[in-house]
Amino acid sequence: MAEAVSALTAFTRPRWLTVPVVVGGVIAVFWIAVALTVQWWPIDNPVLSVGRRLSPPDGAHWLGTDALARDVLSRTLNGARYSLPIALAVIASAVAIGAALGAVGGFLGGLADAVVMRFVDITLSFPVILLAMAVTASLGPSLRNATIAMVIVWWPSYARLMRAQVLAVKEREHVEAAVAAGASAPRVLITHILPLCWSPVLIQATMDFGQVVLLASSLSFIGLGASPPTPEWGQMISEGARNFYQWWIALGPGAAILSVALGFNFLGDGLRDILDPRTQ
Amino acid sequence: MSRYIIRRLIAMPLLLLGIVSIAFLLTHFTKGDPLISIIGERQMDNPVVIAAARARWGLDRSLPEQYLIYVGNLLTGDFGTSLRTKQGVGRDLAVRLPATLELVIAAMLLGGGVGITLGVVAARYRDRGADHLARFFALIGSSMPVFWSGLILLFIFSVRLGVLPGPGLLDTRTTGPPFVTGFYTVDSLLAGQLSTLAEAITHLILPACVLGWTVMGIISRQVRANMLDVLHQDYIVAARAKGASEPRVLVNHALRNALIPTLTIIGFSFAYLITGAVLSETIFSWPGVGSYAVDAARNLDYPAIMGVTIVGGTAFLLTNLATDIAYAFVDPRIRFK
Amino acid sequence: MMSNAASDDGDMSLLEVRGLEVTFAGARGRLEAIRGVDLTVQSGETLGLVGESGCGKSVTMLAVMGLLPPTVRIAGSIRFRGQELAGRPQPELAKLRGARIGMIFQDPMTALNPVLTIGAQIAEAIRIHDAAVSARAAAARAVEMLTLVAIPFPERRALQYPHELSGGMRQRAMIAMAMANEPDLLIADEPTTALDVTVQAQIIELLRRLQATHRMGLVLISHDLSIVAGAADRVAIMYAGRIVEQGGVEDIFDRPRHPYTRGLLASLPKIDNQAARLTAIDGAPPSLAARPSGCAFHPRCRHAAEICAARDPELRDVGGVTVACHLAETIDAADAPPPGRLASQPIGTA
Repeated sequence: MAEAVSALTAFTRPRWLTVPVVVGGVIAVFWIAVALTVQWWPIDNPVLSVGRRLSPPDGAHWLGTDALARDVLSRTLNGARYSLPIALAVIASAVAIGAALGAVGGFLGGLADAVVMRFVDITLSFPVILLAMAVTASLGPSLRNATIAMVIVWWPSYARLMRAQVLAVKEREHVEAAVAAGASAPRVLITHILPLCWSPVLIQATMDFGQVVLLASSLSFIGLGASPPTPEWGQMISEGARNFYQWWIALGPGAAILSVALGFNFLGDGLRDILDPRTQ
Repeated sequence: MSRYIIRRLIAMPLLLLGIVSIAFLLTHFTKGDPLISIIGERQMDNPVVIAAARARWGLDRSLPEQYLIYVGNLLTGDFGTSLRTKQGVGRDLAVRLPATLELVIAAMLLGGGVGITLGVVAARYRDRGADHLARFFALIGSSMPVFWSGLILLFIFSVRLGVLPGPGLLDTRTTGPPFVTGFYTVDSLLAGQLSTLAEAITHLILPACVLGWTVMGIISRQVRANMLDVLHQDYIVAARAKGASEPRVLVNHALRNALIPTLTIIGFSFAYLITGAVLSETIFSWPGVGSYAVDAARNLDYPAIMGVTIVGGTAFLLTNLATDIAYAFVDPRIRFK
Repeated sequence: MMSNAASDDGDMSLLEVRGLEVTFAGARGRLEAIRGVDLTVQSGETLGLVGESGCGKSVTMLAVMGLLPPTVRIAGSIRFRGQELAGRPQPELAKLRGARIGMIFQDPMTALNPVLTIGAQIAEAIRIHDAAVSARAAAARAVEMLTLVAIPFPERRALQYPHELSGGMRQRAMIAMAMANEPDLLIADEPTTALDVTVQAQIIELLRRLQATHRMGLVLISHDLSIVAGAADRVAIMYAGRIVEQGGVEDIFDRPRHPYTRGLLASLPKIDNQAARLTAIDGAPPSLAARPSGCAFHPRCRHAAEICAARDPELRDVGGVTVACHLAETIDAADAPPPGRLASQPIGTA
């Protein structure tokens, strides 16, 4: 019976539905659900003291309490309310700006392309954290400014990606046909070229989600993002570093970041298998 | 080959100028007043300090003139004065650079060595258990915040298991070797202080591993992809037809070809290592540029932040150029054209 | 136990393949690439292995060398100087490869490692099989080998990389590499296909010279009949994974018996042929996955009868050659066109 089932599923299961993809999907759905609903969960309030300070994990507090006697598990779960929406905002903005500039540059060529690519090159000359640090510090440390800084740092890679796609698709015959038929330049770009360009961008955006969460937490870790008492993951790890021997304080948020990064990475891989069958 | 190199060399100063320009713009955007980015908010009532800063950076002149003065100052090594240490930022960075270099080089060797091995294993046992395991291990390295993995591993190995020492370049009561390069490992070796050398090495292991782990992902992925390409080539079959053993085929023939395109990734991974150094040095009490940057960020020490940014960007640019040149040399097809 | 001494046993064939079957495990089931191949090569003899692309000539020889991936199933017997090779573990086969059996490949540009010098690659062939040889000695021997294959300025060439050599020189270098340990058997897989016509003759001439001086067995794989006609002593014609005709080169070329062989010979352009068009064999070789029942050639064969669709013919002796065709005798007797013509095709306007 089990043999028959596995034989059958092997036949009908799509190629992209692998273990990592399922795991990634579950993780992503979990954290999205948490981000959306955790404020109504019957758990401890993340910013209030709820017991003894710095107590290790036990039955009442599964991940223990921190220096201000707050429940670490609750703070970890609530961290999703900050990290996920911020990552979404950063990626959405970076894709919008980057894809737009890259598409226009690739399509028009010439001066526009050169200008866009120079900005891309210069921005990409910096290691990401350094530029993000400098921009956030200049604007003033806050989650909002950190988000802006991350968008500034992240858009160039999408510009490059979109530009490459547009350059490739531009040469195809149906584009020539559209131009010959008299379609205006914007129409050609939007109707004929862009629809074929979005899948690598979508795949990259999914895989980048975790990296943005990492960057955001890094900025908070060094004090340029979230400030106390916000239960942001990087902020919490910073507190954990200050209370080194209370290992449970940093455990939750770090594991959360790791799971988000892994989950969306797997999801992105699966997406690549679905959208682009010619993978190795 | 020379044309390619010349093009890169010409682009270099322009990019450097771009970096500096970005930094200049940022100092002007700081809370609206460039003065704040030079002397900090707390000194804004001090007329003496304000006057000195104005003179040094030409703040009463036009914007283009300020830009030229800024660039000129940078070229002479004047990155401003740190608000925290009250020393020249350039001097601070120079003092702390060797420690970070030592860490980054060790991490590169470890991360690169393990990453390449993982990539070869993954390619050799493609789609089998070893492939998945190798890729998963590398992936975790790129998915963890390095300041967290450092924290947890330090706790496990130093506190719980006691097999590795605590943070810092050396044990707290040990003095460092006489200065030659600034690398504690090299200097203690040169001075014949073998116990110091041993200590320096044991203190270097964990931070280098943690940092190296962050680049294993991209390196192993690239090596795996390149190896898979190479293993399909005719000269691999021809090598076996010569009687070469499987290890010889993998290393002398496949890897030797696969490593050439991997070079570019290795250059790129320096950015990850710089990033990782910034984020993990504080955890390991490593007195390098990274912890300096974090202190600067926490204290809104603008001159220091800008200084680190410029230096970091320049370092990244230079390592990329170096790897591009190395690539041209290492591939005989490009070298002899 | 593998002996290194040259075989003096006149009775024993250098290479004897019996009932070779090679099966690939594909995503959509098993593909039988080779379905029962018998062939022999003697010392000092050149066997031409002829067939269209995809018929399995290269796969046969790769199987002999043990160079097919481990997922491929091989059945049958492969005897080299009396020793059975089939089923032996790779390390043992590796001792033979490059030492007693050499192989050269079709495209020397891709078959030579682009990042190693020519000299280094030849020296490697030597040092793999004799670790006692010093680097200097191996390098010197590499230069000797380059001289042997008539490459001018061999010392200079040895220090160069493959892309710095012309196509013909690269092929010579590959031959030098394969000959470095004076093998008893040399397998040349389409050695001239990637080369200019003028160079082709030189390479073939070089192979013949080497074979004569070293008393090697030579297997010459080609889809080009004219090359084989000039160089081989015996010829084996392959089609769809089987040998369909085998015999002395003159017998085969003067009097081909298998309809496929006839088609091949007829399609060669001939100087004295007044035909306006070249004749070709209708249809195309079957894919591995969709072999016809019975004789694999019967859908394209003028003479096909019912028996041809029902049963796969065995190789049997017909007038001095071995043929795999049910109707070999009848075709031969009733309808023997002079070489150069396929009887059903009109000859030009004459």
